[in-house]
Amino acid sequence: MNSLIPLFIIIPLGSAFVMVILGRFIKNFNKFITPIFMLSLVYLTFHFIINSEGSLIYLVGGHEPVGDVPIAIYLVMDGLTKLILLVISLVGFLAIFYSLSYTKQYTAERKFYVLFSLMIAGMNGVVISGDIFNIFVFLEIAALSSYALIAFGVEKHQLEASFKYQVLGGVASLVILFAIGFIYWNTGTLNIADISRQLNVNSNSLASVGVFLKFISVLLIAGFGLKAAIFPFHSWLPDAHSSAPSPISAMLSGVLIKAVGIYVIIRLFFNMFPLSYELSMTITVLGTISMIIGGLLAIGQWDIKRMLAYSSISQIGYIVLGLGIGMLVLATGGDKAVAALSITGGLFHLLNHSIFKGLLFLSAGAVEYRTGTRDMRKMGGLSEVLPITSRTSLIGSLAISGIPPFNGFFSKLIIIIAAIQAQYYVLAFLAVIVSVITIAYFMKLQKYTFYNNDGSKWKDKKIKEVPFSMSFSMILLSILCVILSLLVIPEVRSVFLQPAVDVLINATDYSTNILGI
Amino acid sequence: MKGMTFIVKKITQIICPIIFMFGLYIIVHGHLSPGGGFAGGVIMAGAFILQILANGKILPKLRKEEEGLEFMESAAILGFLILAGLGLLISGGVVFFANFLDKGELGKLISGGFIPIENIVIGAEVCAAIATIFIAMVVYKDEEKK
Repeated sequence: MNSLIPLFIIIPLGSAFVMVILGRFIKNFNKFITPIFMLSLVYLTFHFIINSEGSLIYLVGGHEPVGDVPIAIYLVMDGLTKLILLVISLVGFLAIFYSLSYTKQYTAERKFYVLFSLMIAGMNGVVISGDIFNIFVFLEIAALSSYALIAFGVEKHQLEASFKYQVLGGVASLVILFAIGFIYWNTGTLNIADISRQLNVNSNSLASVGVFLKFISVLLIAGFGLKAAIFPFHSWLPDAHSSAPSPISAMLSGVLIKAVGIYVIIRLFFNMFPLSYELSMTITVLGTISMIIGGLLAIGQWDIKRMLAYSSISQIGYIVLGLGIGMLVLATGGDKAVAALSITGGLFHLLNHSIFKGLLFLSAGAVEYRTGTRDMRKMGGLSEVLPITSRTSLIGSLAISGIPPFNGFFSKLIIIIAAIQAQYYVLAFLAVIVSVITIAYFMKLQKYTFYNNDGSKWKDKKIKEVPFSMSFSMILLSILCVILSLLVIPEVRSVFLQPAVDVLINATDYSTNILGI
Repeated sequence: MKGMTFIVKKITQIICPIIFMFGLYIIVHGHLSPGGGFAGGVIMAGAFILQILANGKILPKLRKEEEGLEFMESAAILGFLILAGLGLLISGGVVFFANFLDKGELGKLISGGFIPIENIVIGAEVCAAIATIFIAMVVYKDEEKK
């Protein structure tokens, strides 16, 4: 079982380079092989979720620890990892299936699939690695391929957005590398579990450790916060996510910012650093502000994908808020059940957001594919000519606005209930208000895009419904929007969400589980 | 792109093989002395680039070369991955990157298991990648002139 763990990196990385070589000689080889390997990753993830318990460890190269110093690169598969891997492989598979028709408009179609596989390899690597420097390396793989994918259409606005993201992403990488350097200087190790142990053991003996921890935390929040597009670092996201090809927008908004941003933040701040009140407060406040700012900015947008991009900032705020309240409760020594509820809400919303935001971006892509515009003022009446896209987009909008029985309702409800139980009434109130704002701008999106007139303009142009592979992905995602609300049932939750929550609640157990000390 | 004068061409002709051999030397001694796949690959790519700068080359030929290098780069990475995967297979599906070859005697050229082989593969990859980047820039500039 353990030896299957490196497959999550080998399969996408190997396929990417096989595709470069064989794709040249065999027609449509890339289109054929990418969905297959994504499907195998989905299978592997489910295999791990159902058949394994606790944290599995894999030592690359088989180098056993010397004494109690770990020298190999550790790959770790625990509950949180499995949840994020599920998100990556599921949304990745549907996005690539959607791309089969969508990428026909590009000349360098082959390279799209190669870059996509590299991005998957990078994200899987970040999630699966138990070593902070390896996280950085895989983060760069994912980031570099996403820069290229955003600019894939080589139009002016795409190049500009990609360049902006590259500059800001470069700053973030620099800051992260700087922080990793500091950590190595102070603890003499790069293994997350070992760093955690060193910080806990030496927290009294090192005089500088308090200042050191604060400085590094700030650097890491800035670096990974930029990757996750939390409030003061969000300015690249609306450009990048709206300019990218639509399946890539779905991957970036649905998966990338969570796998390389949110995941790393929660992994490091729950499992590596000792929890502290100041830090938890910072993260919660940043999450709350991005929730509000993203929602307010989304209302005024007329570009359909730009509105969805701002909405991503707002929903990321919800996720961070849920996790932040959990951190606050744990740091102040409050009731663990409340913390668990709050973290469950955050992780549940993370899973949900990847599904419905993926769906919404794919639907927006379908609209753009058929009409050639992203401006909502030029649309209207599309529900007459694009019935499937219109329905799936409606389901996505209802889910993200939190209308029962869709999944978004339950995750938002859990976050709000947890905030009230933890006695953060203001945060609960704000979460409700932003939920109302969310309904407002998605009503605007629905009205101006799909309804508003009888669609005779589009009927005259003889616009048809999108091809099978695109509509299949959208339909499957909208079905998932309904199915995922089953996760509120405790039996289902105990398989998918509870292991991830346990990893975060028992924060200090991580290092003992990994190192076995 | 256009070539340079006769003097430059002649000197390039003399020193290019030496640079190339030095790059190879650094790659194969990667496990014994400082340097290794990356450093040696960069030096070898330097020899290629010098050759193109001095002698010049026409656009279609450059494009063809770019394709070949792209192929070499991907093949090298794939080779690296296959080596690592072989470790996984030979160790009975347990250890990814297992060093399955005989480690030999310390300090000898042929020692260290499969590390020298991996160094060679990395050298090929880095050489191809850097030459590709250079050629891509030259092609871009030549196309812009037209």
